[in-house]
Amino acid sequence: MMVQGGGRPLTGWGRYPVVVARHRRSEDLEAVTRGATLSRGLGRSYGDASLPGSSDGMVAVTTAADRLRWFDAERGVVRAEAGVSLATLNRLFWHRGWSVPSSPGTQQVTLGGMVAADVHGKSHHTEGCFGEHVRALRMRVADERILEVSEENEPDLFRATLGGMGLTGHLLEVEFHLRPAPSGWVLAESQGYGDLESTVDALRSAGPEWPHTLAWLDLLARGRAFGRGVVERGRRAEPGEAPARPPAPRFPPPIPFSLPLISGTTMRLANIARYWSRRRHRRGIVHPDAFFYPLDVVGWVNRLYPRAGFTQYQAVLPTGAGVEGCRELLDIMVRRGAVPLLCVLKDFGGEGKGMLSFPKAGLSIAVDLPITERTQGAVDAMNDFVAGAGGRVYLAKDTLTRAEHFRAMEPRLPAWEAVRRQWDPETRIRSALSVRLFGDAT
Amino acid sequence: MKVLLVGATRGMGRSLARLMAERGDRLFLLGRDPDSLEATAADLIARGAPSPVGTALCDLEQSSGFESALDAAWLALEGVDVVVVTAGLFGTQEALEADAEFRQKVLAVDFANTIELCEQVRPRMLADEGGTLCVFSSVAGDRARKKVVLYGAAKAGLSRYLEGLDLTCREDGLRTVLIKPGFVRTDMTAELDEPPFAAGPDEAARAALRAIDRGTPVAYVPPVWGLVMLIIRWLPTWVLRRTNF
Repeated sequence: MMVQGGGRPLTGWGRYPVVVARHRRSEDLEAVTRGATLSRGLGRSYGDASLPGSSDGMVAVTTAADRLRWFDAERGVVRAEAGVSLATLNRLFWHRGWSVPSSPGTQQVTLGGMVAADVHGKSHHTEGCFGEHVRALRMRVADERILEVSEENEPDLFRATLGGMGLTGHLLEVEFHLRPAPSGWVLAESQGYGDLESTVDALRSAGPEWPHTLAWLDLLARGRAFGRGVVERGRRAEPGEAPARPPAPRFPPPIPFSLPLISGTTMRLANIARYWSRRRHRRGIVHPDAFFYPLDVVGWVNRLYPRAGFTQYQAVLPTGAGVEGCRELLDIMVRRGAVPLLCVLKDFGGEGKGMLSFPKAGLSIAVDLPITERTQGAVDAMNDFVAGAGGRVYLAKDTLTRAEHFRAMEPRLPAWEAVRRQWDPETRIRSALSVRLFGDAT
Repeated sequence: MKVLLVGATRGMGRSLARLMAERGDRLFLLGRDPDSLEATAADLIARGAPSPVGTALCDLEQSSGFESALDAAWLALEGVDVVVVTAGLFGTQEALEADAEFRQKVLAVDFANTIELCEQVRPRMLADEGGTLCVFSSVAGDRARKKVVLYGAAKAGLSRYLEGLDLTCREDGLRTVLIKPGFVRTDMTAELDEPPFAAGPDEAARAALRAIDRGTPVAYVPPVWGLVMLIIRWLPTWVLRRTNF
């Protein structure tokens, strides 16, 4: 078992904040979670969700605990340990005619992380969050008991754990449904639109026809072009239209060290290149990795970001807020001096069963922002607006939201806190995020 | 391919068994913990290994059990093409110096008993018109270093034996593949400080599988450790005397 006695610097994906933390990793998840104060998977949450709440806390790293318990090929159900990665699941099941539903934008996440953040993806308007496909969980709760949790057994704990950011207990095993996939390949279309309104319209109207949709916006363009974008839509290719062989797994070369090439200037050029290369309508069969996980083309892409770190601001605005709401939010961001490197829009379907799950019907806006002295002010101003508009932010991405803002956005919080208190009255399991947002002691 | 794995419940053996499962090899597992064996077999089947993945108890501390365990494997697979031994024990130099019982156990498991297991595999494979015997030794056996005096000695002896076995038996069809892992992040090394060029078990297993398929007599995994050990083997003794790695 890896025990880092004095602790080592640990960060989330955005490399900010940095916390010196004790952590240990083992194939034996029951052993490694015993007495631990938080579980951590592949560390893809951007901010402080996977960092311990206090310096004497012990983080259990789950990535070595990655056994599949069983696979039922009749019903398409898998049960696996929480440390298995989505990349592994994709490699194992795509060529057997199954896919993991509600895949997020990276496959370098663990099953436990997918449950804790109740992840969503390009398919949210058709498939909902990952939690909708979860049948049961095996958990170690704060008093060290190990429980089987589902809609039938401790349903409150089950729903509080979907999207509960790992704060209701340690996830040991996850049982979930796969979805039949006619082939591993994807039929994808993309098309550019010259302004924000037409991009949002195109995204919304693609929903009923296409199971996977997403829009990418160029926020570094100035004037009328601000918010121009490319809408991407796709579906699993039918066997007749795709190559007969399954898509070969890709092993992306990792960026070996910090190489901060991403800045406002380089991203302005990249956004322009991307817009002009995708402006015209394109349609074709693409590798699923290229469609679902464009940022996984190299490993550790976060090493390209500025040294001071970055965050992602992702908020959902309810349908009523419309394109105007979206434009106003983006205006606030730019006015407050944030540099929006990369922006992604997604129209959500309804709210899921996770008590704290992020998505609800409306438009989701996700923007990568480098950490500068102005980022906190921009996030505060955006949060004022989002709270007033009836929206909320995504905790898996969040680094800088203040407790009062989150409480104002989240009328469901007291109910979730009540369940958490019932299972963990002393808040033994806590993270830097729960200290920041839920008032846990450090 | 029909493969018998000794030590596939954990670490690099687990990773290697999974690669074989994904390409559809028929597998049989030997190990000392029945629950782990069962969970590992289920994992391998879910990953694509043909069912059933048979298991039998076998503890490298007890050489008296080897014959019946090997019998069970040969019977279940109807002959074995590849035997992979990843099982072994590790102890830090301090722990081995401090505890005589533990020291004797590590030396017995990593040297005498692993060799005894190979000696029992040898006639079986030669009678079957050959096969591949792949055993995981360690880079610690390449050159004496202060941190791995005892463990390194056991692995050095094991490596020499395997080299010799390959000299003797390759002509008759028994290919010996000696794997020398560098620092690999597994539960076995979890308490050690991580040196440069540390690798994950999957990466090491991919390199080991290439060596098994090609019948490479000696393979460092990952391959960069071949270069690292070349340098360490050529270091003057006074350097090793003064440093502490």
